[in-house]
Amino acid sequence: MSGDNLQEIRKLIARKNVWDRIFAAIGLLSMLVGIVTLLALIIDLCSDGLPRLSWQFLTSFPSYKPEQAGILSAWVGTTLVMLLTAIAAIPLGVAAAIYLEEYAQKNWIADLIEINVTNLAGVPSIIYGLLALGLFVYKLNLGESIMAAGLTLALLILPIVIVTTRESIRAIPNIIREAAYALGASKWQMIWDHVLPYSIGGIMTGVIVGLSRAIGETAPIITIGALTFIAFLPDSPIKNEFPYISFSWLMSPFTVMPIQMFNWVSSPEPEFQVNAAAAGIVLILMTLAMNSLAIYLRYRFRKNIKW
Amino acid sequence: MNDKQLQLSKQKQITPKLIRDVRERAIEFLLFLAAFSCVATTVEILFILISESVAFFEKVSIVKFLTDTQWTPLFSDAHYGILPLASGTFVTTMVALLVAIPLGTISAIYLSEFADNRLREWIKPCLELLAGIPTVVYGYFALVFVTPLLQKFFPELSGSNMLSAGLVMGIMIIPYISSVSEDAMRAVPVQLREGSYAMGATRLETALRVVFPAAISGISAAYILGISRAVGETMVVAIAAGLQPNLTLNPMEPAATITAYIVQVSLGDLPHGSIGYQTIFAAGLTLVLITLVLNIAGHFLSKRYREIY
Repeated sequence: MSGDNLQEIRKLIARKNVWDRIFAAIGLLSMLVGIVTLLALIIDLCSDGLPRLSWQFLTSFPSYKPEQAGILSAWVGTTLVMLLTAIAAIPLGVAAAIYLEEYAQKNWIADLIEINVTNLAGVPSIIYGLLALGLFVYKLNLGESIMAAGLTLALLILPIVIVTTRESIRAIPNIIREAAYALGASKWQMIWDHVLPYSIGGIMTGVIVGLSRAIGETAPIITIGALTFIAFLPDSPIKNEFPYISFSWLMSPFTVMPIQMFNWVSSPEPEFQVNAAAAGIVLILMTLAMNSLAIYLRYRFRKNIKW
Repeated sequence: MNDKQLQLSKQKQITPKLIRDVRERAIEFLLFLAAFSCVATTVEILFILISESVAFFEKVSIVKFLTDTQWTPLFSDAHYGILPLASGTFVTTMVALLVAIPLGTISAIYLSEFADNRLREWIKPCLELLAGIPTVVYGYFALVFVTPLLQKFFPELSGSNMLSAGLVMGIMIIPYISSVSEDAMRAVPVQLREGSYAMGATRLETALRVVFPAAISGISAAYILGISRAVGETMVVAIAAGLQPNLTLNPMEPAATITAYIVQVSLGDLPHGSIGYQTIFAAGLTLVLITLVLNIAGHFLSKRYREIY
């Protein structure tokens, strides 16, 4: 091979390596677009809303006067709706996942259920709103209540709960099941005493991820016709006198954080925009807190498990 | 032990076993019911959408619905043409995809082929955070931050417009596209890359000519996921793109999408059973059919281009 040829090959390699670097730079830049937008969003929200955030804002009802308005009914509503969503979605989702992983035979019914779970995860959230409007609000006569909203969001996050629960059940090695059977456990005893406790970390992570999605959902709750101006709190679920628990809050009208924020965003007065930004900060903090809890749980449970 | 005693002890053994069997069967049935609730949800969604739409199409012909160029169901001179709403959905989705597909794909290639592990561990959660921000916050951002920013470059841009809604929606769906595409590319066997390097290809050539084509089925699934997110997105467009139906392909104008129309009607107080109430179910059915077609297309695309190693 002559020296000239070698030179040419070296040049060619150098030129190609330049392209490599150029692409690496473009790649970094394109990821930066997303991250810079995220930063811009948070900075914009904070610069607009942080001055408005105060104890008074958290403990006041909405009002027609922007400087007196607050998010008390919104965050209480969100908490109660999330509580109901969790109560409805956890048992249903976990039970469905157990059936699909431990019981289902390979037949058309199991296939049908699986296809449905995947499809439901792709249905736009506003369609769940229409389902809730037709089914919960009118057919079952629940009206525009916490009950209707909680059940709607539970259906919405059901696929998330099922998929994550299935993954964590599948991660349990079969020797555990065989050991339980060998000691005379029935199938359900095996599931209740072994499969469920060992997969609890994954289940909790999935539930929290689902709830953090539900907490920001606006469209389905608007669709069921939730009122946006609520200046009272639902009846308290815990009472001082016997029987200490009351269920009348379930049928109470309500508002939630994203609805309250949407209400203020669409108002023409600029003072209300400031309120919207402040509500947005609280909403993002709620989602962030839930997501970090999910990451922490995943980390902790993964560390403790040694098969 | 005589016969009688034997029989007695047998009976004692049978009863607990029977109880246990019955209990096991009952539990299995309950679990089955829970799993079947997913099928019931789908059936109920379709039933509600179709039954309300049937009532709607008894009053308005399907041909009119698909060809009329005006959507004014709440006016006295009512027109029921889905085209203006569909064009709004189409334009915002296109703008979003013009942002999300290039950025998402390049990010995915970078993360899977170029980035070292430490960078990936840091950047991926940051990108995924983008998908975790509530959409109503994105709507606020598009209206209060992005639109004024764009107005500095295009002074004639109106306060609500499809451009800023589409741009923000595009940023929002980057993580859906990038993370699914990245998974697909990382699933490509390392031997293919090694073969390519052995032939003297650079990283970039390997990424674009070997890994990307090998992962195309997963990547197209990621695009489909992104498209159906954009089509079904509600709050960003309802806040930033306006609620006026407008048959146009110009992203600088305000226009309502199918989802924004459903929100607009729900904000009002339409009586149950009126034709205005039925329109949102007809609009919802259109939306479901669009996402269904997309999902089926995605299914066949990924089957058609699946590479078997």
